[in-house]
Amino acid sequence: MAFLELADVRKVFNQSVAVEHFTMGIEPGEFVSFLGPSGCGKTTTLRMVAGFERPTSGTISVGGVDITHRPANRRNIGMVFQSYALFPNMTVAENIGFGLKLKHVDSKSIAQRVSHLLEVINLPDKGGRYPAQLSGGQQQRVALARALAIEPQVLLLDEPLSALDAKIRVSLRNEIRAIQRQFGITTIYVTHDQEEALSLSDRIVVMSNGRVEQIGTPLQIYTYPQTTFVASFVGTLNVLRAKVIDPAAGRITVDDQPVMVARSLAQHRAGDMINVALRPEVIGLDGAPGTINQLQGVVEQVTFLGGTIRTQMRFASNSLFFDMFNTPNGKLPQTGQTLTVTFPEASCLLIDGPVGTSATV
Amino acid sequence: MSQLVQVEAQTARMQVGRRGWDWSWLGVIPFFAFAVAFLIWPCFSLVLGSFQDPQGHWTLANIRDLGQPFILEAYWLSIRISLVTALVGGIFGFLLAYAVTQGGLPRFVRSGFLSFGGVASNFAGVPLALAFIATLGRTGLVTAVLKTVFGINIYDRGFNLYTFWGLSLTYLYFQFPLMLLIMAPALDGLKREWREAAENLGATSGEYWRYVALPILMPSILGTMVLLFGNAFGAQATAFALTGGSLNLTTILIGQQITGDVLHNPNLGYALALGMVVVMAVSIGLYTLLQRTTSKWLR
Amino acid sequence: MKKVAFWPWLWVVLGGLYFLLPLYATLDFSLRAKRGVLGLTAYASVLHNPKFVQTFAFSLRMAVFTIVVSILLMVPTVYWVHLRVPRLRPMVEFVTLLPFVVPAIVHVFGLIKTYSQPPLVLVVSPALLVGAYVVLSFPYMYRAIDTGLRALDVRTLTEAAQSLGAGWGTILFRVILPNLRVALLSGAFLTFSIVMGELTLALYLAWPAFGPFMYQIGQNRAYEPAALAIISLALTWLSIGLIQLFGRGHAGQAQIAGAK
Ligand SMILES: Nc1ncnc2c1ncn2[C@@H]1O[C@H](COP(=O)(O)OP(=O)(O)OP(=O)(O)O)[C@@H](O)[C@H]1O
Ligand SMILES: [Mg+2]
Repeated sequence: MAFLELADVRKVFNQSVAVEHFTMGIEPGEFVSFLGPSGCGKTTTLRMVAGFERPTSGTISVGGVDITHRPANRRNIGMVFQSYALFPNMTVAENIGFGLKLKHVDSKSIAQRVSHLLEVINLPDKGGRYPAQLSGGQQQRVALARALAIEPQVLLLDEPLSALDAKIRVSLRNEIRAIQRQFGITTIYVTHDQEEALSLSDRIVVMSNGRVEQIGTPLQIYTYPQTTFVASFVGTLNVLRAKVIDPAAGRITVDDQPVMVARSLAQHRAGDMINVALRPEVIGLDGAPGTINQLQGVVEQVTFLGGTIRTQMRFASNSLFFDMFNTPNGKLPQTGQTLTVTFPEASCLLIDGPVGTSATV
Repeated sequence: MSQLVQVEAQTARMQVGRRGWDWSWLGVIPFFAFAVAFLIWPCFSLVLGSFQDPQGHWTLANIRDLGQPFILEAYWLSIRISLVTALVGGIFGFLLAYAVTQGGLPRFVRSGFLSFGGVASNFAGVPLALAFIATLGRTGLVTAVLKTVFGINIYDRGFNLYTFWGLSLTYLYFQFPLMLLIMAPALDGLKREWREAAENLGATSGEYWRYVALPILMPSILGTMVLLFGNAFGAQATAFALTGGSLNLTTILIGQQITGDVLHNPNLGYALALGMVVVMAVSIGLYTLLQRTTSKWLR
Repeated sequence: MKKVAFWPWLWVVLGGLYFLLPLYATLDFSLRAKRGVLGLTAYASVLHNPKFVQTFAFSLRMAVFTIVVSILLMVPTVYWVHLRVPRLRPMVEFVTLLPFVVPAIVHVFGLIKTYSQPPLVLVVSPALLVGAYVVLSFPYMYRAIDTGLRALDVRTLTEAAQSLGAGWGTILFRVILPNLRVALLSGAFLTFSIVMGELTLALYLAWPAFGPFMYQIGQNRAYEPAALAIISLALTWLSIGLIQLFGRGHAGQAQIAGAK
């Protein structure tokens, strides 16, 4: 049995279902991200774990103890809010020590623990400041320290970085992860930023419309998406319409050009139309050995993106784009030029439903 | 063309700012002139008047006369009534504001009470006095109901509308709605996350109020209570209409000194007014002091 | 959520009783002018009193003058403070709050003392009353206009108008004022309800206004004053209802205490 268990959790807000059939177990010390578009139920799930919402049905347990109906203030679960939610009337040190004060810990131990945590979050000399005198990133670190101070069984973070600017986001997320490892604390991290989820997590839960789409390691989620939604939501995709030629051998055609997929298409018949998805980064210009797949098309647009160059290509009815590094003496594709791109057969993802041509998140 | 030049010239002027003399403050002169003419100078002249005798000679006699027992009593009565109604009205208004904003009551209760509050906090003077006479006067509705239904004659038991407690009850009618009106938005300003973060750290509802919500609200609670104090302290019309001048409030005393036939001494009246301004100034000063200790975190 | 909201209901019920009982008692009383029957006798008697119409009309005129002067004075001032001299804002705000601090009785005797002797004898002119009422309207008008301007982004609006060739007059009257309609209405209605019921200033400056009329009736009659109280309450209610109607339910934002 896992440390934190959610068993068939369901939440209904006046007739509208926010979360449904949520079942998963989280191991001690694991870092799990909930990823999904806005309104898919991430926050609701997190708030049920924290105790701010009661599940309509299902159970939540921590360390084998059913806490489904335990009030939030007796759960010992730490939470970091998107808006920091620091108490403006208390100094940084008072904020961090607040949970301990409520537990009637003596003030000397509180002071020790607070100064230790201030070291951990790298703000050793800011204990006397008020939250309003700190930057957003600093405030969020204090919020993290405040949540950690009570030595919670589980740490919950609801989009903790979304109010910060891009640079701080990256450095702070790494800091959060490092502190989490240091404390070995079981953590759920809610985000709608896939890069954050992919780079931080031990496992990711991809959600959509209140349902779990897939649970897996970042690699599994990215490389082997199990549903169309996951494939299109995580990472960028080119989706091509293809015709099945030989199901058993995995041979298809894209706009009459032959393509091999390294997979059996047994469930299809010859002549069926299917969707094949390609990540832009698997597409290259010079075929490495073993890349059988080649597609010839016309360059439609070349976009300069700084470190990379994005090239949009058109075939008879399909189109795709791919990125290449912007090397100083590399030759750039020209608009209107005819070009052949290559990709490994193992990199073709099969997607069941119709999806937009190139799905970007 | 010309407007472009104008805009540019203006931006340039804004940028120069510190160098050449900035005349833009002249734009608020009419406002200040108006305030001086119709409020500040007249009040200041009263202050001057309180240091003069009727013939216009300088004297401290009026200030000394403020030490007379009946005057001190008037101040004391005014202060007591203002304190009581500010405290009771403040506490009750706060509880009411809490109930309508956070009490989980239906929405219409909230909007109903806020518009009621808007009316009641402006309901004063003669109509208010009449309303309370009709309610708690000797033949008032509540008095009658208490007598006939419950057999309690409040007037036999020492209550009288035309005394301290009666006037306080009447003042409360505009005091607690004022508190309600100002505190409701302040209570709305409490973030849900604060409560949740506190709960999360193990706080009970009581601990949340004690350590988080009340300290955050304290500056506005104190500020509003001072406003309530001043509101009652300067009130005259209601008391005048209710008691016809029989209750010895400072404001009523001033009226008698300046216009009265018996106790006619305008300069003493002016000194009384000066005393009121001083009391107000002291209460505002106290408030600023309290504010400073309760809202360090605001800066 | 889980527990029944006992305390909130208790406070609300108590508050509701405190609000309503005096109103109900007054209404009930005002309808009892004829022994034994409920009727509108008191209202008829009030409405037929020629002084009712006269004083009401007088106060109405004062209210209109006050509102006009107050708008003409405050809009340019607050606008200017927003746009060009924000550093004067605390001072302006302080002055607008003075009427709260200065008791009406002090105010009125200050006015009488200053303006009853040469060089400026103004006590005989209604201009003094209007001027004093304008001062009383400062807190309401200032807050209403300030809130309105904050929501407007005055600077951009002004610069846009200037770049289109507008002068200051055009900007104020064609751009700023129309956009402030709601804010001005709310300030105006509050001013209106205060001026209509004001007693102290009108009484001691000896003007035949509605407040002193109510006071006199209250001294001499029994039932009519109750009827008057109901009428004046209905007036206040009406003006606050109108504010809500125009201000889309921002009750409690611009309204603070009135003259007591
Ligand atoms: N208190 C509530 N009452 C009614 N419906 C709610 C409530 N809270 C959430 N919902 C609904 O539940 C659904 C899930 O909301 P939730 O806040 O969990 O989304 P989310 O995944 O966190 O989205 P975001 O990324 O925007 O934060 C939404 O449709 C939302 O409208
Ligand atoms: Mg959310």
